[in-house]
Amino acid sequence: MGKRVGMEVSIAAAEAVALIDVDVVAAYPITPQTHIVEHLSELVANGHLDAEFVPVESEHSAMSVCVGAAAAGARTFTSTSSQGYALMVEICYIASSMRLPIVMAVVNRALSAPISIWNDHSDMMLARDTGWIQTVAENGQEVVDLLIHAYRVAEDHRVLLPVMVNLDGFIVSHVIEPIELPSKEEVQKYLPPYKPLLKLDPKSPVTMGPVGVPEIYTEVKKAQDEAIKNSKKVILEAWEEFAKHFGRVYKPVETYRCEDAEIVILLMGSIAETAMRAIDTMRERGKRVGLARLRLFRPFPVEELVSVLKPVKAVAVIDRALGFNGYTGPLCAEVKTVLFNHALTPYVWNYIAGLGGRDVTVENFVEMVEMLEERAARKEPMGYEIINVRE
Amino acid sequence: MAKELGLHSWKEAALGGAIITPGNASELRTGDWRSSRPVVDYEKCIKCGRCYIICPDMVYTLKEDGYYELNYYYCKGCGICSEECPKDAIEMIEEGS
Repeated sequence: MGKRVGMEVSIAAAEAVALIDVDVVAAYPITPQTHIVEHLSELVANGHLDAEFVPVESEHSAMSVCVGAAAAGARTFTSTSSQGYALMVEICYIASSMRLPIVMAVVNRALSAPISIWNDHSDMMLARDTGWIQTVAENGQEVVDLLIHAYRVAEDHRVLLPVMVNLDGFIVSHVIEPIELPSKEEVQKYLPPYKPLLKLDPKSPVTMGPVGVPEIYTEVKKAQDEAIKNSKKVILEAWEEFAKHFGRVYKPVETYRCEDAEIVILLMGSIAETAMRAIDTMRERGKRVGLARLRLFRPFPVEELVSVLKPVKAVAVIDRALGFNGYTGPLCAEVKTVLFNHALTPYVWNYIAGLGGRDVTVENFVEMVEMLEERAARKEPMGYEIINVRE
Repeated sequence: MAKELGLHSWKEAALGGAIITPGNASELRTGDWRSSRPVVDYEKCIKCGRCYIICPDMVYTLKEDGYYELNYYYCKGCGICSEECPKDAIEMIEEGS
């Protein structure tokens, strides 16, 4: 096992991709993803990583190169943010539908307009239905670990789907954190070489990505839907194996002080660390509050959420993006679907927080929980609000 | 008419809808929505093969005797063969009549 060293998370992410020994990296620089790609191009240029680095002219091309490379049997990586991701989305659907095990780090940043280079989850939510497996990291070590895990899941023949690892722009990506990088040998023991099930090979010709006439399209989509549902088992297995190899234990839903909690704060990403501080403060005041953080967003961790939320009286769902549908943020919509499907009826209030880089503080969390309790007590119809907004 | 081919369970769908057996489009019955069908009068036919050349699908095949056989599995009833036949040997008959 390697030493823990202080390292910028983006650099650590690039180093992890090098340890994974990818064959092709195609990327276009965009803030705040830039350092990952810059460092990868350095690693390729100085011979530390034997890979084809394709400096494409757009994110649409970046994903297209990844699709072509993966179809030819290469292990591929790309990374993007925000507008770049938006431009890439067309090909993201193609990557998952063609069942290509591409891995991408999405350094989450707000979508324009107004132009914002800062962090929220509107880019991630833009493409929540692309058919990619999606994980969300809380900190730097988790970024490294989720990237290694991503390839093991994506390339498993029971899965063969692309995986997106989300990390918060700047708040995670540009912070220097203590990171433990495994050795290449350790990574290789965990991650066998990629053996494609189908690939573009002149000796055995196939057509990938052809027309699917109405008689065929639905069957292909059903197979894809089953694949992402069934990927859950492999995702869990790969985390179990990860714990055996590297000693760190990962679950689809991470909980904090939920054992006897009456109120649960539910969210994704790095603000979980602030939420935990707030929960400690509230616990000292005798409030039974806990945290549920989704590490796995696609496939949605239904069983884990049900077991966490079953005994709970009220839930504060924190969205880092708007839904613009007039009644809920995107994450809360999914949580409410799970609750409804399982006939669970806690009081749910949806807070839209931390848009375009606005900080979400300990005090914000304390206030959100207090307002949740008040609303639940007066049986106010459930809904959502943007917090921390000037009137 | 040929038996319906090319329709599989989702469990048998090739990964990502790929085509792993070249030419498998010919298995699909594409002639299930025509409103009229071409019928050849072999008394008038001069074996010129124009119908065979001009058919946008794979309806006409050459037989040993030089005449052309129709396979309605693919025929969409477009009527080009009837329109182009120099001897007016192909008549479009309304389906169901």
